Amino acid sequence: MRYTYEGNGYKGWEKNLDFFGKDFLVELFYKMLRIRMIEEEIEGRYHDDFMKTPIHLVIGQEATAVGACSALKYSDLLYSGHRTHGAYLGKGGDLKKMLSEMHCKSNGCVGSRGGSMHLIDPDVGMAWSSAIVGGALPIATGAALASQVRKENNVIMVFLGDGGTEEGVCSESLNFAALKKLPIIFFCENNFYSVQSPLQTRQPKRDIVRWAEGHDVNAIAVDGTNVLDVYKTARNAVEDIKNGSGPWFIEAKVYRFRAHGGAGDDSKTGYRDIKEREAWEKQCPVNSYSSFLMRNNILANQQRLDMERKIKIEIKDAFDFALNSPEPQKTDLYQFVYAD
Amino acid sequence: MPWDEGLVNSLVYDEPDPDQGRVLSYPHALNESLDLALSGDPSVMILGQGVDDPSAMFGTTKGLRERHGNARVFDTPLSEEGMMGICTGAAMRGMRPVYMHNRPDFILLAFNQLITHASKCHFMDNGLNKVPLVVWAAIGRGWGSGAQHSQAIQGLLIGVPGLKIVMPSTPYDAKGLMLEAIYDNSPTLIFEHRWLMKKSGFVPEKKYTVPIGKGIVRREGKDVTIVGASHAIELAFQASKKLFEIGIDVEVIDLRTIQPLDDEIIGNSLKKTGRLLVVDTGWAIGGVCAEIGFRAAEKWFSDLKSPVRRIGLPDVPTPAGYGLEQFFYPTADNIAETVREMCVKK
Ligand SMILES: Cc1ncc(C[n+]2csc(CCOP(=O)(O)OP(=O)(O)O)c2C)c(N)n1
Repeated sequence: MRYTYEGNGYKGWEKNLDFFGKDFLVELFYKMLRIRMIEEEIEGRYHDDFMKTPIHLVIGQEATAVGACSALKYSDLLYSGHRTHGAYLGKGGDLKKMLSEMHCKSNGCVGSRGGSMHLIDPDVGMAWSSAIVGGALPIATGAALASQVRKENNVIMVFLGDGGTEEGVCSESLNFAALKKLPIIFFCENNFYSVQSPLQTRQPKRDIVRWAEGHDVNAIAVDGTNVLDVYKTARNAVEDIKNGSGPWFIEAKVYRFRAHGGAGDDSKTGYRDIKEREAWEKQCPVNSYSSFLMRNNILANQQRLDMERKIKIEIKDAFDFALNSPEPQKTDLYQFVYAD
Repeated sequence: MPWDEGLVNSLVYDEPDPDQGRVLSYPHALNESLDLALSGDPSVMILGQGVDDPSAMFGTTKGLRERHGNARVFDTPLSEEGMMGICTGAAMRGMRPVYMHNRPDFILLAFNQLITHASKCHFMDNGLNKVPLVVWAAIGRGWGSGAQHSQAIQGLLIGVPGLKIVMPSTPYDAKGLMLEAIYDNSPTLIFEHRWLMKKSGFVPEKKYTVPIGKGIVRREGKDVTIVGASHAIELAFQASKKLFEIGIDVEVIDLRTIQPLDDEIIGNSLKKTGRLLVVDTGWAIGGVCAEIGFRAAEKWFSDLKSPVRRIGLPDVPTPAGYGLEQFFYPTADNIAETVREMCVKK
């Protein structure tokens, strides 16, 4: 096992419950559970081949998506890389539009021009995503520049992976964001692998946080399996930025329970130890948080079951909607090459 | 005087006719257009390496920071890919950046953001976002620019859907096309030519635009059509004067923009002349020459009286040395000779 969980779970967090408020604590859980169930359903149906799109599931990475996005307002903008499902749903994206996009339908988020890696919806501030690793980083930085020049008083957040930090453009973006003190949060989900390549074959043994700090941005590590830690840290960063701190870089150590892309786990191919995954699964963001809430009498088992029932219905409706949605037409292809 | 300045200063251009109106140098015309754009629209910003230094990008950006402030006119880190993405992101959020480079060679570092992002954003997101971005650079030539500081890369980019490519040849067009490019909502590249920076010409003081996608007949003629843009027009002009003396009447079409390409103006001219020579400042293979030549075969074959010819750069990188350069770049004489061959009845 190369990469082990080093956090403390929710130990000590019961002292902070009043800070969050009961309704909000439950809401965070609902959002994570919903993403988990949506992802599992997508996975389960993937080989039906109605979703003719690559998928990058966020099973295991729900706490980062929900924690980080919950610190944002609608007017704050989110950018992401290829792993968009969690970001899109966390930011409040419409499930029907998402599934339509994944089913290549004309009423998908971007009219079947993007697929699962380009779940974009300005209505909820899901501003853009790039399927090129690191590609969204300067674009988000440019959005932060525009916000600064136009005095829009919002915050930009961009998701990246550990692999994304290796792209030259990541350094270029951090440098420029620090130079101009831009209102941006670089949120790095360090899941230790780029496809099947472990971190240790790609980077020297050093803290990503320390590396980020070298660009003169504020940087901090959080437990990416702990939604409260993620939320609190992101919220502090947002407030700090509003007070003029300039950019933040947040590294969340977390684990993806599935293969880099597609359905199912591929650990058995040998690039990572199955025991490593199993160890992280004990730290499952959804279940560990559920147990924490139940221990503290904030969530009851029946409540969780009710939630699951409700979400199941929502998912089924959304899949039915997507499957029955219209196909794009030939004339659609030639639209939007140039902008009017 | 250093060799490079001496060479560019020694270029001789036709004197503009002062009766036409106010005469401005090429960089001054650009400076005026940028100034007007910044004054007229708070979303315009000008950035690039050294835009606020004393040499001010050949003088094109002189005084702009002082007049419009550091928030909208600023020097950048040496991060071509990053800055191209930053411009793209800012453009998608309501800014109109003009990102300036000394040389197109530096844009090659930013191809990921330019080609794989900026040009496609509007298409990929089904029209949700627009990218009103201008990328500007001046093609180098001579004084040892060599393989890495002289690349005319329009040919690499003409096949990228979503980009517009502008290549002005006069101070008048430089100003009008710059303003048009800034107001355009698609990413637009402007390739100037370093050698045109010494040219002067008639430039009205007012704000005016030159349309993107429309060429102009610079010289009417009945025997042969020469099509090109930018500095190639200068050479075509010189050649056409020589040819007139020997009784060959050349029509010179300045495309002004090579993407979108003005097919109509070429087609109309060929109906009259039936002979086509394409000249370009870039490589002949696979670029502007190749594209226009193919269109001729596809659309205007029945109008042609002789095979289409092209004059671009030969299939080798640019040499740095002065001697080798003489064999590398097309000249007015090459053009005249080619046209003469085309007119000889077989
Ligand atoms: C520039 C570029 N190089 C390679 C790829 C292929 N690729 C797609 S996702 C990925 C892994 C990226 O890892 P990371 O940034 O850590 O994100 P994760 O997949 O772990 O969320 C790679 C290499 C790509 N899309 N873009």
